[in-house]
Amino acid sequence: MGRSLVIDLAYLVSSIFFIYGLKFLSSPKTARRGNLYASIGMLIAIVVTLFDQQVLTYEWIIIGLIIGSAIGAVLAIKIPMTGMPQMVGMLNGFGGGASTLVALSEYYKLTPNIPINTGIAIVLSLLIGGVTFTGSMIAFGKLQGWVTGKVVKYPMQHPLNAMLLLFIIVAGIYVVIDPTLVNIVILITIVSLVLGVLLVLPIGGADMPVAISLLNSYSGLAGSTTGFVLQNNELIIAGALVGASGIILTNIMCKGMNRSLMNVLLGGWSTAGSAPTEAGSTQTVTGNVKSVESEELAMIFDSVSSVVIIPGYGMAVAQAQHAVRDLMNVLESKGIKVRFAIHPVAGRMPGHMNVLLAEANVPYDKLYALEDINDDFSNTDIAFIVGANDVVNPAARHDQSSPIYGMPILNADYAKTVIMNKRSLNPGYAGIENELFFKDNTLMYFGDAKDAISKLVNEIKAL
Amino acid sequence: METVNFLMLIYVFVLAIFVGFELITKVPPTLHTPLMSGSNAISGITIVGALLSAGMQQFTISTILGVVAVIFAMINVVGGFLVTDRMLKMFKKK
Repeated sequence: MGRSLVIDLAYLVSSIFFIYGLKFLSSPKTARRGNLYASIGMLIAIVVTLFDQQVLTYEWIIIGLIIGSAIGAVLAIKIPMTGMPQMVGMLNGFGGGASTLVALSEYYKLTPNIPINTGIAIVLSLLIGGVTFTGSMIAFGKLQGWVTGKVVKYPMQHPLNAMLLLFIIVAGIYVVIDPTLVNIVILITIVSLVLGVLLVLPIGGADMPVAISLLNSYSGLAGSTTGFVLQNNELIIAGALVGASGIILTNIMCKGMNRSLMNVLLGGWSTAGSAPTEAGSTQTVTGNVKSVESEELAMIFDSVSSVVIIPGYGMAVAQAQHAVRDLMNVLESKGIKVRFAIHPVAGRMPGHMNVLLAEANVPYDKLYALEDINDDFSNTDIAFIVGANDVVNPAARHDQSSPIYGMPILNADYAKTVIMNKRSLNPGYAGIENELFFKDNTLMYFGDAKDAISKLVNEIKAL
Repeated sequence: METVNFLMLIYVFVLAIFVGFELITKVPPTLHTPLMSGSNAISGITIVGALLSAGMQQFTISTILGVVAVIFAMINVVGGFLVTDRMLKMFKKK
């Protein structure tokens, strides 16, 4: 009694550390301390659990702790900053996988004496944990380029998924009523794993911010359901905090694309109308594209006083964040004001651009969110777009037939001059032409972002 | 499990969701990636259940599942906190 009371109190202390950890994430100044607090909370939870009366042997625990910590540490140290979306995707998966395994383990431990409440919690853990595990692995594969980043359609997509979910619910009810049905429990686990694959496979590359946020939320909820299985308040609290976090991010990402969560989950822009290529050709965007070379561009930059840089996924692909930083430095040395405008869904996960620019030593107070900078474009000399496309397409404001109509965009076209760095005139993820290419005040600067910007920096220095 | 006890767990869950919403809405967009990786590490709290399974006296199928769960959860915990710290170290003001 005495021992379990102390352990329960320690779990409470650990929960408080988690809450403070997240609280300190409200500012970049305190965020690192917050992460430290959260990790102290975790350490407390792990240490007191080792003193639980149920824990009697330590060999396997030690082996597991060492292997898991080693893999985690290597991943965390080795992963390049551009690989952060994959890393987060993978970590989500391991969290979900752990919940599934614990639920299965508890099932074998308790069966056949499983109360209804615990039975429900076990089934939910298997479902959410399983979907999170394989769904995250597919998301990881897509971001890593091992699985196609395109919108994958398969026959009977929605009826199939609905049937699988229905199967899990019905089978779950059977198991809750009769916990001896081992085979059904295993079947529920397998079907949940399959469902995870089927749900994430149709989601296209640029919709990954939504998918990753949602899986983040699921990994938290899986932790909560495990808490219900074990009747442990700390798991429920920690899981709920993460679940809430993921839901908020998912919501922000959906708003950033002006799409409902359903629309994203059901797969791709094309659900809004015809296939992407046809949608592109129906647009009547015509005009002349003016391209510019680095020498001329250097002179243009040299004559202005304010520049806003708009980075997109293309910057991440080209690993051009350091070149962009060099550009910022050389412009600032000439007394030009440089700021960055970050669209909420730029990149492949929430905050992706911010991390890359932080890695390149761009101070975070130069980075502005959409609502904080959008009114300033009309007072800006140059909007320099690096590897972004749909998020600056003015069609979102006025073309009701466009699939991206209504999506909040950065008002780059309001700047006196728009310079777009792209490798080609290919449309962006949404598959639609960008009328910004053809505007009178737009200059296209073709080339790989990293090479092109480095060249530009050298030209500006040479002036 | 008693119904009253179970109801208490649901209370805790619902209230924690509200706390989570209050906390997370205050996180600025620039920190959204570290928020994801850091909260991810917190969801590794499943380690508690994994340890209870892996440390049972008798070696059964539950132990095996528990040990794999310990490995998974620790990847999540150690990987998540370390990579978050690595990112947060880079965020500097001018």
